[in-house]
Amino acid sequence: MNEPQQNLWQFMSGESDKLLNQTFQHLGLTFISLFLAVAVGLPLGIFIARKRKLSGSVLAVAGVLQTIPSIALLGFMIPILGIGAKPAIVALLIYALLPIIRNTYTGIVGISAEVKEAAIAMGMSKMQVLFKVELPLAMPVILAGVRTATVINVGVATLASYIAAGGLGEFIFGGISLNNTNMILAGAIPAALLAIILDAILAAIQKMNVKKFRKMLYIFPIIFLVLGGFYLLPKAYGSSLTAGFTPEFMGRQDGDLGLKSVYGLKIHTIVISDAVMYQAAYEKELDIISGYSTDGRLKAFKLTILKDDKGIFPPYYAAPIVRQASLKQFPELEGVLNLLSGKITDSIMTELNYRTDYLHQTPERVAKDFLIGCGLYKSARGGKKGVIRIGSKIFGEQYILAEMYRMLIQGNTDYEVATKTGLGGTKICFDALMNDQIDFYPEYTGTGLLVLLKPDPRVSKKMAHDRDSTYQYVSRQFSQKFNIKWLKPIGFNNSYALMMRQKQSKDLDVYSITTLQKYLDKN
Amino acid sequence: MIKLEKVSKSFHDTLAVKTVSFEVKEGENLILLGTSGCGKTTTLKMINRLITPDAGEVIINGKNIAQENPELLRRGIGYVMQNNGLFPHYTVGENIAIVPQLLKWDQKKTFDRTKELMAKLHLPDEYINMFPHELSGGQQQRVGLARALVADPAVLLMDEPFGALDNVTRASIRKEFKGLEELKRKTIVMVTHDIQEAFELADRICLMDKGEIIQIGTTKELLYQPSSDFVIKFMESERLSLEFRVTTLYDLWHDLPEKNSSNAILVSSDLSVWDALNCFRSGVQEIAFSKDETAEGRSIDINDLTLAFNRYQIRYQHE
Ligand SMILES: Nc1ncnc2c1ncn2[C@@H]1O[C@H](COP(=O)(O)OP(=O)(O)O)[C@@H](O)[C@H]1O
Ligand SMILES: [Mg+2]
Repeated sequence: MNEPQQNLWQFMSGESDKLLNQTFQHLGLTFISLFLAVAVGLPLGIFIARKRKLSGSVLAVAGVLQTIPSIALLGFMIPILGIGAKPAIVALLIYALLPIIRNTYTGIVGISAEVKEAAIAMGMSKMQVLFKVELPLAMPVILAGVRTATVINVGVATLASYIAAGGLGEFIFGGISLNNTNMILAGAIPAALLAIILDAILAAIQKMNVKKFRKMLYIFPIIFLVLGGFYLLPKAYGSSLTAGFTPEFMGRQDGDLGLKSVYGLKIHTIVISDAVMYQAAYEKELDIISGYSTDGRLKAFKLTILKDDKGIFPPYYAAPIVRQASLKQFPELEGVLNLLSGKITDSIMTELNYRTDYLHQTPERVAKDFLIGCGLYKSARGGKKGVIRIGSKIFGEQYILAEMYRMLIQGNTDYEVATKTGLGGTKICFDALMNDQIDFYPEYTGTGLLVLLKPDPRVSKKMAHDRDSTYQYVSRQFSQKFNIKWLKPIGFNNSYALMMRQKQSKDLDVYSITTLQKYLDKN
Repeated sequence: MIKLEKVSKSFHDTLAVKTVSFEVKEGENLILLGTSGCGKTTTLKMINRLITPDAGEVIINGKNIAQENPELLRRGIGYVMQNNGLFPHYTVGENIAIVPQLLKWDQKKTFDRTKELMAKLHLPDEYINMFPHELSGGQQQRVGLARALVADPAVLLMDEPFGALDNVTRASIRKEFKGLEELKRKTIVMVTHDIQEAFELADRICLMDKGEIIQIGTTKELLYQPSSDFVIKFMESERLSLEFRVTTLYDLWHDLPEKNSSNAILVSSDLSVWDALNCFRSGVQEIAFSKDETAEGRSIDINDLTLAFNRYQIRYQHE
C-alpha cells in the first residue's frame, strides 16, 4: 500500500472498485440532495415571487443557512438524524437551497409584465400561466441556480465521508491523514472532474434553444432521480455487526488492511470521521469502531478495547520530536522536555483526555492540574531569551501535551513560548516542523514509522510490535534523514484499537479480535 | 353589446375611473380618447376582468361579467396591447395558436385558421416558425392582432395598438386595419391618446379626463357640438385636419358643381375630404363619385373641393 514507487495510476487502478463505488456515492449524494433542493426550492421560489413581501425574509433565512460552515452543519445533524446518508443529504440540501430559491424568484419576477398580462388576458388559468409562461421563461435563470447548487454540492459532498455517508471524501481525507498523495489525488481529481463535467453539461443545457427547454422541464427530475439512485444501489451488507472506521484506518496496514489479511475479518464497514465515531458507537449506530487506546471518550461512552491478540497494531509511544537546530539554539530545551518522560501512563492519559473531551475542561487547566499533582508545576518566569514554537495536531491529547510543555518551558527557563496548536493531521504538523515554522511537537513512534518513514513493509513488520526497536529505528532514521531528534518517550501508548460497547462485548462474549472474527463467521 | 354602468376604480389614493357609464353597440367601434393617465386603460381592463371594478357593473350580451368564469370570459374577448405582449419563447405560429389551444381546437383547424389570418394580415407564410424578436415592430403588432382575432371573438379590446410604432408604419397599418374585413363585424373598444387616430378609426369617441367621461359621441358631434370648453380646447390645435377627416364627399354633394368628366378616377362617397386631398396631392387631377346608385356621378378637381368645403363649413356652423 505504501510502497513509494507506486504512482497515481497504479493506485487508482488497484483501488478501482472503491473508486467507482465512491464516485457513484458521490454522484448519488449530489443528485438526491439536488433533487430534493429543487423539489423544495422551486415551489418556495414561486411562492415568494407571488408574495413578494415574504421574499426578503425567506431569502435571508436561506442565506444564513448557507453560511454555516459545512463541518458544523454536519455536526448539528448528527444528534437529530444520526450518521450516514440522511444527515449528509439534508446538509447538502440546505446548501443547495439558496441558489435555487433565489434564481427561481429572480427568474419569475424578471418576466415582462406585458407577457404575463397577455397570458392572463387570453384566458390562461394560473397554472397555465405558471407552466406555459413563467417557468419556461424563467428556466435559463433557474438552471443557472441549479448549476451553482450542483457545483457547491459536488464540493461539499466530499465532507459527507465525515459522517459515514461515503463519497470521494473517503480517499481525500484518508489520504491527508495517511500522508498519501496518490490517495488524496485519487479522490480529489475525480471530484474536481465531476464538478467540471456537470458544470459543462448544465452550461450546455442552459445555452440550448429555448424551444427545447420545454421538454427538458420534464426530463430533468428523471435524470436527477436516476443519478440519485446510484446511492441507493444495494450495498454488500455482509455481516450482522457494523464497523465504523476512520478514512485513515481504512488505508493502513496496521488498520483495516491488517484486520483483513492477518485476522481474516469480514465485517460490513462504513467510513466515518473520528469526531463522531464514538458517539455513533454509543448510540448503537455502530458496533465496532477504530479508536485510540487513550481516548477519553472510551471512558465517557462506556466502550471497551478488544484485545489485539495477533499484534497488528504497533505501539504508538508518544515523544516530542525536535529540530536539531532548535536544540542547539535553545540548550536548556531538551532537559525541560524530558521532565515529562515516563510520567504519563495509558490510564492517566485516558483520564486526562476524558476531562478535556468529555467534561470540556480546558487543556490548559487539565495540564496545570496534572503538573501540580506530580510536583512539576512552576509559575512562569516571564523570561525573554527567545521564542520556542510548539506545534500540535488537531486533537485533545496533543493540546494537553502542548500546554504541559508550555508551562514547563516557561516555569523552568527564560524562553518565551508561542503555541501553534491545531495543525491538522500528521502531514501538516510534520511539514511545519521541516519548514522551520515550529521547533517541536509530540509525535508517536508508530506514526513516525508507518506514516513518515514508510520503510519496506518487511522492515516495519519485523520491529513494529516491539516498543524499543521501533523507537530506536525512528530515532536513527529521523536524525539521519530529517535532522530531527526524538526525545525520551512520555510513557503512554496511544495505539489503534478496536472497541465495542462494554455491554455488547459481554453479551456476545467478544473480548478480542479473534473472538470477534469467530463470532462474525458464525452469524 | 357592452354596457358599463357607473363603474369606478381607485388604486390606493388615486381615483382612476369615476362612475363611468357607456354602451357599445354590436359591430361598433368605440374609442376611448384622452391624455395619458386619464383612466382609459383601467376602463378597458375592467371589460375583460384584468381589473375588478370597486363599484358598478360591466354587462356583455346581457350578462354581468362578474358572475362569469374569468378565464372562459377572456377566451371570448380579443385583447391587443401596445407592446404586443407576444410570448418570446413561442414561435409566431404558436403565439397565434394560444387561444385555440386553450379552446382545444384540433391541429388542422388551428393551422388553417393561422394561415388564413397571416395571409389577411400580410404576414409571409415562412414567418410561422420564426420567433417574435426576429420580426419588425409592425410585423410583431400584426401577429398580436392575429393572436387576438384567431378564435373570432365577438369583442375586441385594443390598448394603444399602434402606439409603439413609428409614424410611417403606424399610418400604413392603420389603413390596413380600417380595410380589414374581419374587423367590420366586431364590437371594438380601442384606447388611444392620438386624436387623429381616434377620428380616423372611430364610430364614436368617448373623451375622458381625470377618470371621467367628458363627452361621448360621433366624431362630428365632438367637433361641431362640443359639450364643454375642455372638448374645444382638446381639439383646438388639430381642428382643421379633424374637420377634413370628419367631412365626407357625400356631405359636400350640394356644394359641388354639376359636371362630369370621363378622365376622373372613381371613388366612394364615404371618402373623407382629408383622403380626397391626399389623392390630389399624390398627382390625381380629377376624382368622381356619386351620392347613391340612382344619382349621376360628379367629377371634381382640387379647386372644386376646397370651395365646396368652405361653403359647407359656413353653412354647418350656422345651423
Ligand atoms: N396598478 C396601478 N396601481 C396604482 N395606480 C395605478 C395603477 N394603474 C393605473 N394607476 C393610476 O390610475 C390612473 C389611470 O391610469 P390608466 O388607466 O393607466 O391611464 P391611461 O391608460 O389613460 O394612461 C393613473 O393615475 C395611474 O397612475
Ligand atoms: Mg394606458
